[in-house]
Amino acid sequence: MASSFREVLKSGKFVITSEIGPPKGTNIEKMLHHIDLLKDKVDALNVTDHQSSIMRFPSIGGCLTIKEQGGEPILQMTCRDRNRLALQAELLFAYTRGIRNVLCLTGDAVLVGDNKAAKGVFDLDSTQLLKTIRQMESGKDSGGNDLDGTVEFCAGAIVTPEAKPIEPQLIKFEKKVEAGAEFFQTQAIYDLDNFGKFTEYARQFPVKILAGIILLVSARMAKYMNENVPGILVPQNLIDELASAPKGEALNRGIEIAGRMIATLEKESICHGVHVMAIGREEMVPDILKAAGLAT
Amino acid sequence: MKSITKQKPFKEIEQQLDGFDRLYIAGCGTCTTMTKTGGREEVLEMRERLQELGKLVTGWIVIPTACDEMTEVAVKENNGAIQNAKCILVMSCALGVHKLSTYIDKPVIPALDTLFIGVEDSPGCFQEVCAQCGQCVLGETAGICPLTACHKGLLNGPCGGTDNGKCEVDKEKDCAWTLIYQRLKEQGRLDLMRKYHPPRDCNVAPRPRTIKIT
Ligand code: SF4
Ligand code: SF4
Repeated sequence: MASSFREVLKSGKFVITSEIGPPKGTNIEKMLHHIDLLKDKVDALNVTDHQSSIMRFPSIGGCLTIKEQGGEPILQMTCRDRNRLALQAELLFAYTRGIRNVLCLTGDAVLVGDNKAAKGVFDLDSTQLLKTIRQMESGKDSGGNDLDGTVEFCAGAIVTPEAKPIEPQLIKFEKKVEAGAEFFQTQAIYDLDNFGKFTEYARQFPVKILAGIILLVSARMAKYMNENVPGILVPQNLIDELASAPKGEALNRGIEIAGRMIATLEKESICHGVHVMAIGREEMVPDILKAAGLAT
Repeated sequence: MKSITKQKPFKEIEQQLDGFDRLYIAGCGTCTTMTKTGGREEVLEMRERLQELGKLVTGWIVIPTACDEMTEVAVKENNGAIQNAKCILVMSCALGVHKLSTYIDKPVIPALDTLFIGVEDSPGCFQEVCAQCGQCVLGETAGICPLTACHKGLLNGPCGGTDNGKCEVDKEKDCAWTLIYQRLKEQGRLDLMRKYHPPRDCNVAPRPRTIKIT
């Protein structure tokens, strides 16, 4: 069966994805609400996998819910917590339950999270996970053993266009393309000129690039990300723009900025789509899309 | 090459020694002397602290190299004081603890945690450079071990956490893959970084690892 997200990627339309952060606990109400709110407004919804190494409700659980509600899930899979047996087993399970999209990530270090004494597995890395998926599609597991019933996934990966130095990042990007990545969701970008240079280069590869857009809610958040989040660079003019917002208006200013960026990316065909992350404020995603003129 | 150790918190040592009122202390004249964790000075300091706790220290020794064969001789020569003790507190690395436990028929208790096998970069600064994986890739990574120097042990290039040449787990720590990239670039061998490394065989030599040289 063809993947419907894959078809959207191929259609040439400006693709919109967003993401859901599962709860830390069994109270899934907010997650259900976010899924309900977003599933028809975007082409697919990622569910994060213990983001920032913080133990949470699993990605696969969120993906099944999205599926049940008629949305299109993207299963995020990091290599931090499972060895190759567990990763492959989850792919088999996901496939049988109609999940057709996987985002392959190495995963953050255990040390940045909230269970700091846990073992970081990293039996595979993101590139090897992509290869493993393609191998499973050919009917063999990573040990070369036959599968009774195979999988088929639209597989994606991430890339950090603002990484410094950039060349090692691009080498890794090309390895992921070669390993079978069909789409890339990027780390958050804010400098569209610099991002344009990256997509110019990426155009030579048969992959779709979805620009990562993280909603800025205050000048403080922007500065914090500049100092603490690898590969994110919010330019000073955007920080000033947020800082100049009247009291209580910074969030709206952030929505405006995100909307404006998305609109430019689309109008100037800088990339194939966007991946909107509103970390903890998922209910703002429709407003961002509206500000971008993309609301359906 | 040095076996790098650090002293356990004294509380933990105290707990391990609970119920042993008489003990013997053994340090090591090689690695733990070098790292100041189990040489003569540290052994004597330990003796003093234990005496303050009301323990009787029946004797002490700094074995020249606790992990080698001569340890058996040292144990025999000090048999009296050792027999007089109820346990042996060992201030060598775990290799020495293991060796001593094969010669002494009494509880052997480590006072140190063995951290890694490292080399001395600059005086007093030790670094882990090899994790003895059994499948060396240094020839393709410009002599920098991605399994050891990269926090996640990645084989195919940097993760997304790398930032201006530093690692996501510690802004003071170099990102191994940036170092590998720079050195390969200098050597004109960047094509090596483009090569795909398949998943490692984690059981090249299954644990427990043994080898017999014939
Ligand atoms: S690859 Fe690294 S851990 Fe393995 S043998 Fe070589 S230096 Fe040691
Ligand atoms: S930042 Fe560099 S050294 Fe640290 S885990 Fe990532 S690739 Fe490895």
